[in-house]
Amino acid sequence: MTPSAASTAVTGTAASANLPMTKALNAGLRQAMLNDPKVILMGEDIGPLGGVFRVTEGLIKEFGDKRVLDTPLAESGIIGTAIGLAMRGFRPVCEIQFDGFVFPGFDQITSQLARMRNRHEGGLIMPVVIRIPYGGHIGSVEHHQESPEAYFAHTPGLRVVSPSNPHDAYWMMQQAIESNDPVIFFEPKSRYWPKGEVVYAESGIPLHASRVVRTGSDVTVVGHGAMVSVLLQAAEIAATEGITLEVIDLRSISPIDFGPILASVEKTGRLVVAQEAAGFVSVGSEIAATVAERAYYSLEAPVLRVSGFDTPFPPAAVETHFLPSPDRILEAVDRALAY
Amino acid sequence: MPATRNDASVPTVAPPTLPRPPHAAAPHAAALNDDGPTVRLLSPSGEFIPSAAAEQYLPYLDRLTEADYRRFYRDMVVVRRFDTEAANLQRQGQLALWVPSHGQEAAQVGSAYATRAQDHVFPSYREHVVGMVRGLDVVDILRMLRGVTLGGWKPEEHGNFHLYTLVLAAQTLHSTGYAMGMTLDGSTGTGNPETDQAVIVYYGDGASSQGDANEALVFASSYQTPQVFFMQNNHWAISVPVSRQSRSPLYLRASGFGMPGVQVDGNDVLASFAVTAKAMDDARAGHGPSLIEALTYRVGAHTTADDPTKYRDPAELAYWVARDPIERFRAYLTGRGVEQEFLDSVEEEANDFAADTRRRALEIVGPEVSVIFDNVYAEPHPLVTEQKAWLSRYEASFEGGQK
Repeated sequence: MTPSAASTAVTGTAASANLPMTKALNAGLRQAMLNDPKVILMGEDIGPLGGVFRVTEGLIKEFGDKRVLDTPLAESGIIGTAIGLAMRGFRPVCEIQFDGFVFPGFDQITSQLARMRNRHEGGLIMPVVIRIPYGGHIGSVEHHQESPEAYFAHTPGLRVVSPSNPHDAYWMMQQAIESNDPVIFFEPKSRYWPKGEVVYAESGIPLHASRVVRTGSDVTVVGHGAMVSVLLQAAEIAATEGITLEVIDLRSISPIDFGPILASVEKTGRLVVAQEAAGFVSVGSEIAATVAERAYYSLEAPVLRVSGFDTPFPPAAVETHFLPSPDRILEAVDRALAY
Repeated sequence: MPATRNDASVPTVAPPTLPRPPHAAAPHAAALNDDGPTVRLLSPSGEFIPSAAAEQYLPYLDRLTEADYRRFYRDMVVVRRFDTEAANLQRQGQLALWVPSHGQEAAQVGSAYATRAQDHVFPSYREHVVGMVRGLDVVDILRMLRGVTLGGWKPEEHGNFHLYTLVLAAQTLHSTGYAMGMTLDGSTGTGNPETDQAVIVYYGDGASSQGDANEALVFASSYQTPQVFFMQNNHWAISVPVSRQSRSPLYLRASGFGMPGVQVDGNDVLASFAVTAKAMDDARAGHGPSLIEALTYRVGAHTTADDPTKYRDPAELAYWVARDPIERFRAYLTGRGVEQEFLDSVEEEANDFAADTRRRALEIVGPEVSVIFDNVYAEPHPLVTEQKAWLSRYEASFEGGQK
């Protein structure tokens, strides 16, 4: 089936739709399954239930239980068998139910999946996507609000991405599945439900491109996933005070597309990086270090990080004190501007 | 109510009649009893005395020709000599490490010959002769242990013998996923034994404690994979005896996962062949997975970095050396009338093989420095590309090129 024909199959004749991210991801998965019969889904409760977040809703009915596998409840088993299926020529897309549940599969991801092509001296590809709903803001219990992306970004052999909006979710999911490398696909679950326009005709940019989502000239602010909407809120508030923030959606955490970040910092001279994850040895640390190395003469102030604290994710009742808010971002913006 | 010895629901094993080996094998010793569940065709002294449990496997011996018998013997002898030579190479600083297979030759040769060309084999890291049987040049194994590669061969070009996996039991899940793929793409269970495929995965008594081994058994059972779990119980996980891994015979675990389990005398090459032949046939025919526990013994060290004299009773070693798989099969072949000239020619071939191994091992050359960066990703990755270029420039900056 040609991509255009398949596209029609998914979207009908509409050029775009207003969808929540869950539906956009569902459409992206469906499109990928229509495009390539080797694409299969694996995970806990992803069959008749459609996943605890309903991202795979309806897919088992359409594609059957040989392409949508409700697996036993074992994350290492899911990842390890996905590796074997990829060796056999399949393109598995694994769902990890919640961020904090990925660690039973961590060894298979870091010791096996990430290294398999390298160990085989290029003799095989590992087109496995691991979807992980992540992040806070949903008031849930322990192990359900984590942001573990740095562990995976630190692992050679993996690609790590996170969309911030439904359009990117739709396209990045398909791009991740088409990738011949393993992709850890972090889905910001607090952004699962707000709707946004998904344009079916074109992806716009490659999987690993970062993107300026709001232009400004005073301070560059960078984030990924759910943090992008918080940065945009901060920029709205700053604008009322006469300060313009340039907001960059990272989109890809490994590799990081530094081009737009460096270009922006050369313009603004100031950078604030925001993330839900603990700040110590984090994605934000890597961005700060790289910008310091490559844009030293452009900087008018130290690069500042606004992060979750270096503590376990707290009880939900106090999560708003833990998660970077527009105010905390603006506090860092003020500090950057004070230099 | 707590289970008791007399509770019919508790699997019991008959008391041993053979001498009970010292501590490591103690909870498993009953399995060595001829009246027990163990499938055995050859007695320790090489007489053809099938155990009661062996009866259903006797027809599988009909597949073997006289040449097969000789080949079994030849492969066991050659790989043991190879094993010794590789250990010598390590002692002389030519290999970083060696992983001996001494004592486990019968379990490995017998099971390997039960596979067919279309099958896939997932080894752990001690199955040198399985690779040899599948067409691997075993010098390729030395390449990894000489530190010039993390892999060593292309499985698709060497009998579908997959790469060694050094994290224990990780390969059990890969093999199960691979077998799931065979089912999904319709390459198995069609009823044509010439084309139907199956998977055999090797792991050990130590690895049986890993979560991955247990998850692989769960997935295999759920998806009814065409797969054989071939567990070599060599009684020692480095310095820890099998009694620490399990208080009951390991093959009994199979029933808990919903698949057949069988215990075989892994030092009996014919029994190992017959049991595996049935299990692989069943797997190819669509009857699902099964587990084989091959009772054998790691006569040597875990690796050349190990010192088993610190933790093993010499009497236990002696017990198992007296049950040596090669001695046993030689006695059997002699009883069948195999001439001394053949046995001598195998010795000669093994010595030649070892000498050739040594010569070729020393000729292994290191890879290009670019191997650091190549094949980390299938598609371009800016960080890796940049670092590769940087290292090249940096090393070229030294007088005379590379530092």
